[in-house]
Amino acid sequence: MPITRQDVLHVADLARLDLDPASIDAHVAQMAEILAYVAKLDEVDTTGVPLTSHASERTNAFREDEEQPGLSPERALSNAPGSEAQQFVVPKIVG
Amino acid sequence: MQLYELTVGQAGKLLRRREVSATQITRAVLERIETCDPRIGAYLAVTADLALAQAEAADQVLARGEGGPLTGIPIAVKDLICTAGVATTCGSRILEHFIPPYDATVMRMLADAGAVMVGKLNMDEFAMGSTCEHSAFKPTHNPWRPGLIPGGSSGGSAAAVSADMCLAALGSDTGGSIRQPAAHCGVVGLKPTYGRVSRYGLVAFASSLDQIGPLTKDVADCALVLGAIAGHDPADSTSVPREVPDYTAFLETGIEGMRLGLPREYYTLEGLDEEVAAAVRAAVAKLKEMGATTVEVSLPHSAYAVAAYYIIAPAEASSNLARYDGVKYGLRKGDTDSLVEMYRQTRSAGFGAEVQRRILIGTYCLSAGYYDAYYRKASQVRTLIGRDFDAAFAHCDAIVAPVTPTAAFAIGEKIDDPLQMYLSDIFTLSANMAGIPGMSVPCGFTADGRPIGLQLLGRRFDEGTLLRLAYNFEQATDFHRRKPAL
Repeated sequence: MPITRQDVLHVADLARLDLDPASIDAHVAQMAEILAYVAKLDEVDTTGVPLTSHASERTNAFREDEEQPGLSPERALSNAPGSEAQQFVVPKIVG
Repeated sequence: MQLYELTVGQAGKLLRRREVSATQITRAVLERIETCDPRIGAYLAVTADLALAQAEAADQVLARGEGGPLTGIPIAVKDLICTAGVATTCGSRILEHFIPPYDATVMRMLADAGAVMVGKLNMDEFAMGSTCEHSAFKPTHNPWRPGLIPGGSSGGSAAAVSADMCLAALGSDTGGSIRQPAAHCGVVGLKPTYGRVSRYGLVAFASSLDQIGPLTKDVADCALVLGAIAGHDPADSTSVPREVPDYTAFLETGIEGMRLGLPREYYTLEGLDEEVAAAVRAAVAKLKEMGATTVEVSLPHSAYAVAAYYIIAPAEASSNLARYDGVKYGLRKGDTDSLVEMYRQTRSAGFGAEVQRRILIGTYCLSAGYYDAYYRKASQVRTLIGRDFDAAFAHCDAIVAPVTPTAAFAIGEKIDDPLQMYLSDIFTLSANMAGIPGMSVPCGFTADGRPIGLQLLGRRFDEGTLLRLAYNFEQATDFHRRKPAL
């Protein structure tokens, strides 16, 4: 089923993006073309094939649970668009 | 010969003999940037003061008779590698004013090795692109012919090395982003095995595919820089605690008896440019002349690699880029009482068209009802692609292939056709999917003078074999000695 304008707007909403109204048609067309292309994966029989989610030879990387040096609050906040009293300031969340 | 023309190896010798100072080489490179970069646009920031201070420190180390192969060597880095106190933009408006509070592990390692950082290099926004046209700030031009793309996403890195505006550079490679621009700019580029180099402080695009690696003027330099940045890092749990060999030791042996695999599917690809194919075939003939043997191998799932990659990489990207929300760092837009509205306005203003496109594709592929059909399926095909390489490497020591289907093209030529752009990654992205190392070395020029690269792919953690093969090829040819006229 080809992707619709409504699908693209729904996905944009999930991704917290407001698409430029002038670009929506192009996004729909390009996504439709890309998704039609990737649909060729359906030709591959993957019955019983495990997933590869990463190419590392490691599974778990453990270390002793010891205190490590980290960023000071000042440095951690140094790029914050808004901060106060060692905290990030954001617009009101609860009404 | 001008000081900025030196390779890392040549400069190191002169520095250690005290025939030239790190300050002199650094000044020469900074002047070269000033002269040439207005036409090329490789740099997003030149850190002249920092570089001269580091050069002076390096000179003191060298004066004591200490220091290693990178002490006093001017190096530049792609602008998605975090540099404490120096803006790291990722080529994006959303990080335009981001000053990392810490260094990436590779930066710490370069500093420990005494290297001099001369600046930060242009790239496609968040490393998403193959041309550098998706930088939010400016395009980068190919030094061989301004007006052509330098490749991407590490296009600034490749252009800067090619134009002698640094002695070596770091880039990152998620689907070919070191090897492809190296090929287009006629320099050497290596994507290490996944886990060989720490990703700590590398701004994430697709975490299971990203890897930092060197772009250099020749193969010996590539071995030196790789040796300086490889190794286990407790701060990156995907980096691997394996010993780092002396990569330069691999350059000392010939390639007699080495078995080279030629993937049938690559050499018969529709869309492979005839001049590129001819240069690669000539390179293979040269390697045979030098004692290597060839065997045809098959990578049967090659036809599905682009499709699987363009699900997996955008899926990971959509998740990784969720962090850009205007709260902790980066751009914030929207004078609003609503948090969600602030997120939307920030992300919409901060991300360029290609990044938005990949976030949309990735979000779609991970969304309810589509996960199995897309992400799950692609991850299974990824397993099959990895098995193809395992099977091929049972018959050969390295795979030899083209890097790109065509040589560099004009800026603007393909920008409106994302799928066509994605398809041009066909030869490079499988290495990221399988986690194996890949390298590009210069192997010729088109009739009109555009560089062509030869790709070498190896077994996991077998960068040594690639360097040995590449070095022997380079010694027998002079493509790497040709320079763009600037």
